[in-house]
Amino acid sequence: MVLWCAMPMIMVVLCWLVVEPWFVRPIVMQTLGSVAGQQAGAPAFQYLEIRNIAAGVLPGTSASDAVMHAVEQYKSLLRTASMAFSVMFLMAGVLGFYRGYKKLTVDFPAREQVEKFVRFFLLASSMVAILTTLSIVLALVVEALRFFKHVPLLDFLLGLKWSPQVAIRADQVGSSGAFGAIPLFAGTLLIAFIAMLVAVPIGLFSAIYLAEYARPSVRSVTKPMLEILAGIPTVVYGFFAALTVAPLIVKVGGTIGLNASSESALAAGLVMGVMIIPFISSLSDDVINAVPTSLRFGSLAMGATRSETIRKVILPASLPGIMGAILLAVSRAIGETMIVVMAAGLAANLTANPLESVTTVTAQIVTILVGDQEFDSPKTLAAFALGLTLFCVTLALNFLALKIVRRYEERYD
Amino acid sequence: MSSVMTAETTEASEKVINQVQDGPIVVRPEKGVDIKMSAEGVSVFYGDKQALDDISIDIHSKQITALIGPSGCGKSTFLRCLNRMNDVVGGCRINGRITMDGEDIYAPRVDVASLRGQVGMVFQKPNPFPKSIFDNVAYGPRIHGYAQHRDEIEEIVVRSLSKASLFEEVKDRLHDPATGLSGGQQQRLCIARAIAVNPEVLLMDEPCSALDPIATARIEDLMWELKEKFTIIIVTHSMQQASRVSQRTGFFHMGVLAEVGTTEQIFQNPVDNRTRDYITGRFG
Repeated sequence: MVLWCAMPMIMVVLCWLVVEPWFVRPIVMQTLGSVAGQQAGAPAFQYLEIRNIAAGVLPGTSASDAVMHAVEQYKSLLRTASMAFSVMFLMAGVLGFYRGYKKLTVDFPAREQVEKFVRFFLLASSMVAILTTLSIVLALVVEALRFFKHVPLLDFLLGLKWSPQVAIRADQVGSSGAFGAIPLFAGTLLIAFIAMLVAVPIGLFSAIYLAEYARPSVRSVTKPMLEILAGIPTVVYGFFAALTVAPLIVKVGGTIGLNASSESALAAGLVMGVMIIPFISSLSDDVINAVPTSLRFGSLAMGATRSETIRKVILPASLPGIMGAILLAVSRAIGETMIVVMAAGLAANLTANPLESVTTVTAQIVTILVGDQEFDSPKTLAAFALGLTLFCVTLALNFLALKIVRRYEERYD
Repeated sequence: MSSVMTAETTEASEKVINQVQDGPIVVRPEKGVDIKMSAEGVSVFYGDKQALDDISIDIHSKQITALIGPSGCGKSTFLRCLNRMNDVVGGCRINGRITMDGEDIYAPRVDVASLRGQVGMVFQKPNPFPKSIFDNVAYGPRIHGYAQHRDEIEEIVVRSLSKASLFEEVKDRLHDPATGLSGGQQQRLCIARAIAVNPEVLLMDEPCSALDPIATARIEDLMWELKEKFTIIIVTHSMQQASRVSQRTGFFHMGVLAEVGTTEQIFQNPVDNRTRDYITGRFG
């Protein structure tokens, strides 16, 4: 019953919010125009001025009479409009009530109607997320296609040189040669690889400890503390990497005779690894806990020690789930931006030396789009192409991870 | 642990027999019977809750001993004391003495892993590892290092599967996942897995409660064959099963061992009133 009343009312409010400016604005501008003629300044600006004066944001004293007149009209229009709005709002409510009341017979399946409404509401909520994703993908694809008009797809995917700055400054040199994404993906993979080198063993071992050895009291403290790591903003990790870890690497590298750059893939990778630990440990911990206790007892009763049980029974049984956790962590590492921007540098070097500065796909997108940009130059459009490629890679990884995890879940049914 | 039948330990087990004879309800064991395992005054606590109170029982070698009693009476708890599986449960405390071939299995120098190699266990629900049938059976021999070469392991696997009367059914699919077997086959696989390490004692915790009558009958037949080589202790809810397969029966009630004796005597002429009530179906 309440729904029958509220739904039309809410609809009216929504319509009103959309329609109101379109109604009011022409009327106000018309009076302004008729009183003062076409004055200097764009109509849009004047309208804004009127609104601001009406709202009391701007002092009205400096404005011309014509404008003040328009302000008055705007105010009265708003009054009328809000009156009309209230009437429509109430009418909608009454109409809805009337309709609901008419329907309200003994046979009316009210609870089922509510169910229908709830279902629709929930569906609409989930559609918001899906539609947003779809529109993001669409925007990426459209803009990336525009980019590929400037730069051939193969040059982008297989080119070994990345320097968008050169391309925009000297168009005549030819932009096609400077948009090779290979160094970016190589840098991304290098940093992600270093991060996984840190995160997989540490995350996995702490998961095993938490799931198999830790007493419940220890576990209830340790697990949330590990998960706090996931809650630290990546900016904080970033300056930790840039200001603490990177100088340390330079110093240590110096003492053993290695020449480390002050912005290195190693620094970014190490810190990113620490950031990812909770992903792996928390997910793997859940997976290990999902292994039935009966298997554990079975192995122990065979005379296996605890570590033999873990190595030979529990880890093999939970391996698919752990792989899924690792893949999710990889896609997180690939998508990570802030640490790389701050600690790994922006030079697109094609190198496998972790002590040199490299850059990643995400870091390049940031540098391309920071500041004022023309939206039709290949440089800016390159960001969309990079984004699309990255999106495809992480989507594929996530898809794979989910598939593996799901197969694992079916296993003990 | 495997070579413990020395003169000293034989003496010890005789002493145990004498002690047990002093108990009020324990029937004097037949002459010339080997005592494989023996419990003296065993009490078990989970936290503050006492699960077992002063249990004393002898387990005869190469026989099947059935432990019966209503749910929650502590018979599974007692079974788990015999291979120290209660160690795994947090907050579990055990008083008293349990010996195997006269050696205290709770002595500090005892290696729990090798004890469990000698006292195997089969669980209520079949719990094959998510590996192949072959690897399930080979699991124990591999971790205990009984066999180095693949041929030896294969021989052990085939022998164990045959003993568990499963080999004929699975010989063509030894490398298929064990989880694809039926419930009864899985349980026989678990028995094969347990006997692959050649234990001396086999503990069975309601091994048939998850199985249909046909699979149950097969397991019972198997137990008859296995008792030639192993000492078997079975916990069961089914009194018919206890009377069918066991030579000796112990009746647990509310954490105490109310009565123990030959199966014939327990079922036909129980001394304890609680046993009589339970067996005649008055409760439980």
